[in-house]
Amino acid sequence: MVHALLHPLADPFMRRALLELLLLGVAGSLVGCWVLLYELAYSTESLAHALFPGLVVAALLGLPLLAGGAVGVLAAAIAIAFVGRIPLVERDTGVAVVITSLFGLGVVLALSPSSPPGLESLLFGDLLGVTRGDLVISGVLVAATGAAVVTLHRPLLVAGFDRGSAGAFGAKPFLVDAALLVLIAVGVLVGVQALGNLLVISLLVGPAAAARQLVDRLPAMMGLATVFAWTSAIAGLYASYYLDIAAGAAVAAATVAMFLIAALVGVLRDT
Amino acid sequence: MHDPNAVTLVEARDLSAGYGTSVVLEDVEFDLRSGERMAVLGPNGGGKSTLFRLLLGELEPFAGELVRNTAAAFVPQTERSRLDYPVSALDVALMGTLSRLPWWRPNGRRERRFAREALGRVGLAELADVQFGELSGGQRQRVLVARALVQDAPILFLDEPFVGVDRPSEELLEQLFADLAEEGRGIMVATHDIEQTYRYDRVLCLNTRQVALGPPVQTLGRDVLETTYGGAIVTLPGEGRPAAILPPHHH
Repeated sequence: MVHALLHPLADPFMRRALLELLLLGVAGSLVGCWVLLYELAYSTESLAHALFPGLVVAALLGLPLLAGGAVGVLAAAIAIAFVGRIPLVERDTGVAVVITSLFGLGVVLALSPSSPPGLESLLFGDLLGVTRGDLVISGVLVAATGAAVVTLHRPLLVAGFDRGSAGAFGAKPFLVDAALLVLIAVGVLVGVQALGNLLVISLLVGPAAAARQLVDRLPAMMGLATVFAWTSAIAGLYASYYLDIAAGAAVAAATVAMFLIAALVGVLRDT
Repeated sequence: MHDPNAVTLVEARDLSAGYGTSVVLEDVEFDLRSGERMAVLGPNGGGKSTLFRLLLGELEPFAGELVRNTAAAFVPQTERSRLDYPVSALDVALMGTLSRLPWWRPNGRRERRFAREALGRVGLAELADVQFGELSGGQRQRVLVARALVQDAPILFLDEPFVGVDRPSEELLEQLFADLAEEGRGIMVATHDIEQTYRYDRVLCLNTRQVALGPPVQTLGRDVLETTYGGAIVTLPGEGRPAAILPPHHH
């Protein structure tokens, strides 16, 4: 039994994958709770897709992914604003068209025969290919995210509670939204390396949604979400090792399973 | 309000405002002094909330002058706050610190004590740790008043604070407003309940424009009330005061 538990961790790449997931679990859970409270789960997924071409271009040019992602988000925002001005196009139609187009563009770029190999890892992640350098970058970004979540706690809480009157209490909803958008973008960027553009949403939404089923205070929700994220990470990695399935997908599946269990427990407890 | 030491907290001159190009409120002219309780009476859509948005600086007037000399605390309509939010009554009261403490500073022990005291003043000390969404309507309204107390401002604006509030809560809040005025704060309460306004120093009647301003007993005559509500007033026998509104052409 002990052997079965320790054996996968004998490989350095498995240890790095686990550490990366633990770091990502913290950032995903802290930001994820705000994503849920601001009802931004779908927007977060759209954002992840929208910044994809930016990531691909950055990877092609050898620039930092962070810069590429930022440019990608900006381009998406401008495109959405532009499409919104076309008569008879509803706002959510505009978002859907822009996000799909951008994502398609990114996929064409990433999978083009002339692109260097390995760019498809931006789509599905390369959990077992995480390097020491990646871990350092993730560590820094997660620490910055944690500090930002602590610092922004009061404005986020006030603006989310009653948006209409937030101004009277010294919160500026527009700035709070912008700050949260940056946090989400950073969360997506941290997660892309490990889980890829398609699966990163699972760690940003799954653990927080599971925690929300069971606790009714924000700090407890954040703590429990982190525990769930870590549990999913470990369960997913071991499942991947022993069942020989893709690591990122296994972790994403574990977060979904965690959510279903939490929802079931929540329902049973309340009846 | 006759206190010679009272200072002017708010001054509005010939104010008009609205949204887009449509004017929803005009001819507004009043001042609010320290220690004064003023009721803002009018029908729904009469411009009460618009006036508060102007006073809070969330809306620019189309014309006229509006001067607010000091910080203001605010109690919004309770149904706008989220019941599914993972916060306790204490957490909501603590939101009032954001307008006083720098936004990046976490609340400390001092702020928590202050917020608990505020909850005590609205009679909710025992319920400080209860989930906000699990409180009754009246209790939630009192939590929002506690949040305004934590803002600790010389002016207090309350938008329809008595909607959905039970009788004991109402009496407690009225007494609290009297105490706050005694402390020298200026209080403006929006209401559409005529009876309520008689407890205040002055009443400002709004119906898309300012209809009247003055002490309730002298001000709330039949004409003023009819203009304010755009309807006919019925006086109940033995009451002496106008007590009910009928819609236009009802009789």
